[in-house]
Amino acid sequence: MKDIIANISKVFENRVRLGIMSVLMVNESYDFNSLKETLDVTDGNLASHLKALEEKGMITVNKQFIDRKPNTSYSVTDKGIIEFRQHLKALEDLIREQ
Amino acid sequence: MGNRNNPAEDIQAIRKLMEESSRFLSLSGLSGVIAGLSAIAGAILVYFWIPGTGSIHLEDYFTGQAVSRNLTIRWQLLAVAAVVLLVALSCAFFLSAGRTKKAGKSFWSPASRRMVINLFIPLIAGGLFVIALLMQYFVSLIVPALLIFYGLALVNAGKFTLGEIFYLGILQIITGLLAVFVPGYDLVFWVAGFGVLHIVYGLLMYRKYEA
Repeated sequence: MKDIIANISKVFENRVRLGIMSVLMVNESYDFNSLKETLDVTDGNLASHLKALEEKGMITVNKQFIDRKPNTSYSVTDKGIIEFRQHLKALEDLIREQ
Repeated sequence: MGNRNNPAEDIQAIRKLMEESSRFLSLSGLSGVIAGLSAIAGAILVYFWIPGTGSIHLEDYFTGQAVSRNLTIRWQLLAVAAVVLLVALSCAFFLSAGRTKKAGKSFWSPASRRMVINLFIPLIAGGLFVIALLMQYFVSLIVPALLIFYGLALVNAGKFTLGEIFYLGILQIITGLLAVFVPGYDLVFWVAGFGVLHIVYGLLMYRKYEA
């Protein structure tokens, strides 16, 4: 039981972060506004969680201009993939334990 | 959710988000039925109006025509097919957009964009290929090519929308291949593929996801 808890990553222990990672795991990249709509959260809330995930090296940010409008999109890093998989596995193990 | 005490809910939410963010799930089943009906209407129109004699053997009909008359017929056939395509596509667009709006989401999402791109690459290639066939008198290959390219387009787009679309694509490809192996029944295979398959699939999708 202790090992399982150790694998539950603190970084992902939040509904919004879990959502961001879920979306980025199955999409090559996803832009800010689409993320906002999919997760149904406010700008500020989403931005702060994205920032946190970026600082932990889980996601990368790609800023570009489309029709002279800024467009920010996000992708998951290799590290993010590994750690999120670990987190998922820990969650599944927890369910089995219960 | 997000609570260590409830991992089952977390997993469920993760699965749902993975599915919703990567697939366009608001595809309207009714638009499939309308597409099928317009394909059948197009076939009836061609059967009675264009060859005049009421024949399903387009190839025989074409070879028996004078060249000048032939050219007009080809454009007429193309016009009928284009109208059918336009009706089918605009219905699919408006009905699906209506469903996304009802769900409070926007129609243009990364998932729907990817679906459209993957659908249209084989579709446009097929469309141009068929125009070339028509210009070079390969009449017997037109309906099979339409069905096969359309089936390939659906198989391609199936990864980004309802999983059933993949199987509809496989069935369209099979219908198209049958049409090559059993030549002379172009209109019959057109009705079977674009008509009947669409209607059956549309009804099944409607019952499963909308009704």
